[in-house]
Amino acid sequence: MRDRATIEARVLGVLRPVVIIVLLVATIFPFLYMLLLSVRPIEQLLQDPGQLWVPPSEWTIGTYQEVLTSVSDGGQGFLRFLANSAIVSLAATALTLLVSIPGAYAVSRLRFTGRRQVHFLFLSVYLFPSILLAIPLFVLFTRLGLRGSLGGLTIVYIAQTVPVSIYMLRNYLSTIPESLEEAAAVDGYSRLQTLRKIILPLAAPAVMANALYVFMIAWNEFLFALLFLVEDRADWTVSLGLAQLSGGIEVSKTVLMAGSVVLTLPIVIIFFAAERLLTEGLTAGAEKA
Amino acid sequence: MKAPLTLRQRENRAGLAYLSPTLIVVLVVVVAPILWTIMLAFQRIRLINLRRAGVFGDYSLANLELVLTSPGFWSSLWTTVVYTVGSTFGSIVLGLIAALALRGRFRGRTLVRASVLLPYVAPVVAVTFVWTILLSPQFGLVNDWGMRFLGWDRPIAFLSQREYALDLLGWHIEIPLALLTVIAFESWRYFPFAFLFLLARLQAVPQELEEAARVDGAAPTQNFRHILLPQLSAVIALLCVLRFIMTFNKFDDVYLLTGGGAGTEVVSVRVYEFLTARFDVGAAAAQALVLAAGLVVLLVIYLRFLAPKVEGES
Repeated sequence: MRDRATIEARVLGVLRPVVIIVLLVATIFPFLYMLLLSVRPIEQLLQDPGQLWVPPSEWTIGTYQEVLTSVSDGGQGFLRFLANSAIVSLAATALTLLVSIPGAYAVSRLRFTGRRQVHFLFLSVYLFPSILLAIPLFVLFTRLGLRGSLGGLTIVYIAQTVPVSIYMLRNYLSTIPESLEEAAAVDGYSRLQTLRKIILPLAAPAVMANALYVFMIAWNEFLFALLFLVEDRADWTVSLGLAQLSGGIEVSKTVLMAGSVVLTLPIVIIFFAAERLLTEGLTAGAEKA
Repeated sequence: MKAPLTLRQRENRAGLAYLSPTLIVVLVVVVAPILWTIMLAFQRIRLINLRRAGVFGDYSLANLELVLTSPGFWSSLWTTVVYTVGSTFGSIVLGLIAALALRGRFRGRTLVRASVLLPYVAPVVAVTFVWTILLSPQFGLVNDWGMRFLGWDRPIAFLSQREYALDLLGWHIEIPLALLTVIAFESWRYFPFAFLFLLARLQAVPQELEEAARVDGAAPTQNFRHILLPQLSAVIALLCVLRFIMTFNKFDDVYLLTGGGAGTEVVSVRVYEFLTARFDVGAAAAQALVLAAGLVVLLVIYLRFLAPKVEGES
């Protein structure tokens, strides 16, 4: 048995670094390639698609200029799309938190009728395909005149993110000792005051992680943006704009790569800035599963 | 007697009040639409005559009949199942490998662990676009290198070729190329999700267990099989359910990669086609409903017969 253990340990000792490197290349390479293509002149890509590295002297930022300038100035108008995405995502984040913080507090602390059943309601958000929700919402928003408005889209995003947000926050809130609240009650704090002045400051890291997570979901979302905003180019989000333009042949691929970088960069920055917060918030409770 | 009762009632009321914004949003934007879909599915409605559609419409089974007998429906349901099972399996296996490889200490571990999560957090439109460019037969890096270094005689259209003839050891096999590519993409994009959960669970395994096994001379594979795997089984079962549900309903990835062509037409993409190309709201709703029903049936089968362990362990 000793032999088998030593042999295996030796094999794994070699295999492990190899696996780590393969994983790293597989996950990072597409993003580096995106970055590289975005600064390459298109003719050069078509001539030699297999060339990986292009000396910095040949790099161009013309792609970024084209993708960001407005349509009236001959560009692709991604600056406008960025603004749309930012408005929708920020609004969705703020409103989701406004709704989910009291919700999470209620679910984690207060005993009320139907508390146990609430989870089934949340499950329905994920059990039914979003395309199924999309049909009636498409119809309803058409009737209300909300289709083609960023506000309508924001409402849908709130509904999509509130359950997961409550789940993440609840896990955190349940770690805050209840004695703190009792002490606050003795000091004459009302429930709302306790939530605002005691619980919220303590839960700040979880709330922050949550905000970033919701922002990322809203920023990355595609299906509802496609269904609701596709008709008017002025309303497009970055994801939608990129998807709509990448199907055609009018816009060169390197310009669209610049668009991809513009779409991805905010997410990557947020992610690396708050990676620990995010992963801990997401997997809280998994240890016990 | 009276005072604690009112306290309890007040708590009850506060609980409902605090949760009410959530309830309203979920009821209006999720539950009501689901109920409405069910009604739409049983009425012949197109987008044009939608205005007169109401609760008291003409109910019929015409949509269901149309959908269930329409050409391509059953094959698309089958495609959905294959796509879901393949991607669920692929992402969990990759995630497990990653979690095991990145568990121990090494230099730069934090950075590597974070980088591995990139496919999961990056916008789907951007990553599908990079994949289509990389795999493109005209100017894709993969095909260029494949022909240059691997001796392919012509570029392979990974995303638009339904069948690819492969000669393997004298056997002639047709493999569903585009579908496999989409499954590979899905596994790549979601293995970080499995990785996160598995790693979190791995770190909670008591060190003494492995220590004891090592002292007893257990090889790493035995350690994995008898110590780690039992500890992970509940998380793996949970991941199977989560990934299955999410992939089964997935729309964006397939739509953006292939548009549902070349044998990759999953049901959600078909629903979208019915809705936007044919404006047939009724048939689209009926199809979405069949998709949801299919998911529920498969989940029940899974929870009933294939995952009896979970209940016992949790």
